[in-house]
Amino acid sequence: MSTTQVPYQKKELPSSVSAFGAAATIAGAIIVALTFMLDHSRGLYNNIIGLSVMTSVAVGALFYVSLEYLAGAVWSTPFRRVLEFLSATVFVVVVLALPLFANLHEVFHWTHSEAVAKDALLQGKAPYLNIEFFTIRNVVFAVLWIAFYMVLTHFSRKQDATRDQKYTRINIRFSTAFMPVFALTTTFFAIDWIMSLEPHWFSTIFGVYYFSGTFLCALAVATFIIVSLNERGYLVAGLGKDHYYSLGTLLFVFTNFWAYIAFSQFMLIWYANVPEETFWFISRWKNGWEYVSLALIFTKFLVPYFVLLSQPSKMDARKLKFMGVWIFFAHIVDMYWLIMPSFSRTVMLGWQELGFPLLIVGLITLTFVFKAKRENLVPIGDPKLQRGIDFRI
Amino acid sequence: MNTPLLYSVTALFDTPDGIIHAAEAVRKAGYKRYDIHTPYPVHGMDDAMGLKDSKLGFITLGAGLMGGAGVFAFISWVFMAAYPNVIGGKPFFSWPAFVPVTFEITVLSAVLVTIGSLIAFFFKFPNNSHPLHDTPYMKAVSCDTFGISIQADDPKFDEAAVTALLTSLHPRTVAPVCYDEAELNHTWKTFDPKFLALLAGVALLVSAATYGTMNVVLYMPPFDWMMNQNKFKPQQTTEQYPDSRMMRPVVAGTVARGFTPYPYKGMADSAGKSLVNPLQPTAKVLALGKEKYLTFCSPCHGNFAKGDSRLRGQFPNPPTLHSDKVRTWPDGSVYHVITEGQNIMPSYASQISREERWAVVHYVRALQRAFNAKESDQQ
Repeated sequence: MSTTQVPYQKKELPSSVSAFGAAATIAGAIIVALTFMLDHSRGLYNNIIGLSVMTSVAVGALFYVSLEYLAGAVWSTPFRRVLEFLSATVFVVVVLALPLFANLHEVFHWTHSEAVAKDALLQGKAPYLNIEFFTIRNVVFAVLWIAFYMVLTHFSRKQDATRDQKYTRINIRFSTAFMPVFALTTTFFAIDWIMSLEPHWFSTIFGVYYFSGTFLCALAVATFIIVSLNERGYLVAGLGKDHYYSLGTLLFVFTNFWAYIAFSQFMLIWYANVPEETFWFISRWKNGWEYVSLALIFTKFLVPYFVLLSQPSKMDARKLKFMGVWIFFAHIVDMYWLIMPSFSRTVMLGWQELGFPLLIVGLITLTFVFKAKRENLVPIGDPKLQRGIDFRI
Repeated sequence: MNTPLLYSVTALFDTPDGIIHAAEAVRKAGYKRYDIHTPYPVHGMDDAMGLKDSKLGFITLGAGLMGGAGVFAFISWVFMAAYPNVIGGKPFFSWPAFVPVTFEITVLSAVLVTIGSLIAFFFKFPNNSHPLHDTPYMKAVSCDTFGISIQADDPKFDEAAVTALLTSLHPRTVAPVCYDEAELNHTWKTFDPKFLALLAGVALLVSAATYGTMNVVLYMPPFDWMMNQNKFKPQQTTEQYPDSRMMRPVVAGTVARGFTPYPYKGMADSAGKSLVNPLQPTAKVLALGKEKYLTFCSPCHGNFAKGDSRLRGQFPNPPTLHSDKVRTWPDGSVYHVITEGQNIMPSYASQISREERWAVVHYVRALQRAFNAKESDQQ
C-alpha cells in the first residue's frame, strides 16, 4: 500500500454557511416555541417528526460510515468525513427527545393506565409498552449510538495524524458490531416513537420501513453536502463523475428499496383486509390525508425515480444536489404522513409544521460547521484515500 | 501443410495498471479491432479503450417496459375477463395484487432480453468456437493476468509492428494466436449417423425421465399427499359441528352476489298480477322450454300436460293443465307455481333457472293453445 501524502489544503467554510445555520435555527426555534405556546399537543407531535428525521440523519450517517469499513469500499473514503460530521448530530437527537420524555402522557395513549385497564389489546402489549421499559430502552439506544459515534470517529481522527492502518482494522471490528445494533435500535426506535402512537395497530415490517427511509434521508443530506463542497474545492482534487455516479446510484437504489418496503407494507395489509391493520391506512386515505398520501408517493418515489433513472443524470452535480434537498424534504413528508394523522383526523398543515424542519436544518448546519472548524474535511490519513480518489467506474 | 492463418497477436500483463496503460497506447496507435480480457472488471477501462456509452441500456429499458405492460395487461385480462373470481371480496381489477407479478416479470424480461442481446449483438454468437478459446492466453486471463489481443483483421494490422508495439509496453509475454486448422475446415453434417444417434439417445432419455417423474416418482411417498389429504368431503359427517354435517349450510339470510331473492314468496296472487314473462316465444325459447318441460315436468304432468303421468299411481296424478282455470291463469301464476310448488308439487327453483322457468311457461302456453286451437289458428 502506497503511503504517499495526498495533497490536501484545509479551507475554512465561508461564514455565510454558519450565518444560514444560525438563522434557520433561530427561526425554527421561534416557530417551535410559538407552536408549543399556542397548541402544546401539536408541538409535541411535530417534535416527534423532528426527532425521527434527526435520528434518520444522525444514525443513518453513522450507518454509512460503518458500511464503508465493513464493505472495504474505497470510492467513498474521500468524503467519509462528511458522514462522520453528520452523525455528530446524534447529540441533537438526545436534546430533541427531552421535551417528549417530559410529556409522554400527552402523546402516547398507552401510557394511561386507566385506558390500558379497559383495553385487552393494550393489556397484551403492556409488557413492552410501559413507561419504565420505554425509557430504559430508549436511553440504551442513545447511549449505544453515542458510544459507536465516539469510537468510530475517534479512531478515524487518530488516523489523520498517525496514518496507521491498524485504526482501519479496529474500526472494521466496531462497524461489524454496529450493524446489528443499528438494525435493532432503529427498528425499536421506530416502533416506540412512531408506531406506538397508534398502539392498536399491527405491522411487522414497520421497523424496516423506517430504516429504509433512514438510509435515504442520511444519504440525501450527505450527497447534497458532498457535491456542494467538492464543487467549491473543499475536498481533495480528483473527485468527479465517477464518485457522483456512485452516490447517485445509491440514492436510486435506496429510493427503490423504500418504495419496495412501503408497497409491501401497504399490499399485505390491503390484501389480508384485517380491521386491526387496515384502519391505519384508511385514516390516511380520508379527510384530506389522501392528498398527503399521494404527495408522498410522488415526492419520495416517482420524482426521484425518474430523475435518477438515466446514467447521465446520476453523474450530474446539479441534479444530485437538487435530489439531495428533495429527498430530505420527502423524508420529512414521510414522517409527517406517519405521525400527524394520529394527532388530527383531518389534514393539518400550517406554519407550525415548519418549525422543526427549520430547526433541524439549522442544527445540522451548525453541527457541521462546528466539526469542520476542528477537523479535516477529508480523512487524510486513511490508507484507502488515494485509491478512493483514483476510483473510476 | 499451409501456413497457419493468424487471428491476432496477444500480450499478457501482470497488473491492472499495466493493461490500462496498454489499452491507452494501443488506442493512441490507431488500432480499432482489439479487445481486452481481464479476470474481473477493471475500473477505468472504458475510458482507456475509448469506448462509447453502451446502448444496451435502451434495450433493457424497452424489454422491461414491454414485459411489465404485457404482463399487467395479461393479469388484468385473466382476472377481469377470462376467469373472473371474487377473491377476498375485492373488485376484479385489484391492481395492487398485480404489482408484485408485474414487477418480477419486468425484471425477468429485462434481464433475459439483455443477456440475449448481449449474446446475439455484442458477442456476435453463435459461433462454434472462438479462436482464442483453449489457448494459453485465455487460460491466463481467466485466472490472474490481464490480456490484450489485437486482431489481424484490423486495417492497420502488421504483425511485426504490432509485436513491436506490444513488446515496448513491457508485457509478461507476447504471442500470436492462429485459427485452428481443424475448426476452420470443419463442416457440419446434419445426417451424420453419430449425430442422429445422439439425438435419438437424448430423446429417449428425456422421455424416460419425464415418464418416470410424472408416473413413478410423483406417486412415491411422501409425494402422494394430494391423493391422501386429511380433509373432509361434502357428504361426510363430522363431530366438529352439532348437526354432524361436514358440508356447511349457508348462513341464514345469505344472498349470492348479483342475485335478487324471489320477491313473491308465498304471494301467489301478487305474483300472478305483477310478473310479466320477459322472454319472447321464439323458436329457441320454445325449444329450451320443451327440453326443460320434458325433463322436469312431464314425469307427472305428462308429455302433453294432460295430467297423464308416467308415475303408475305412485303419486296422485296432477290435474290437466288444459283446464279453463289454468288456461286463464296469468303467466306469472304458472311461473310462481314452478318456483314455489303447489300442494304436493315441490319447488323446482333449484333445478330450473329463472330464465328456463319463463321458457317453460311459454311452452306450456303453446301446449294449451295446441289442444284448444281457435278457428283462426288454422290459417
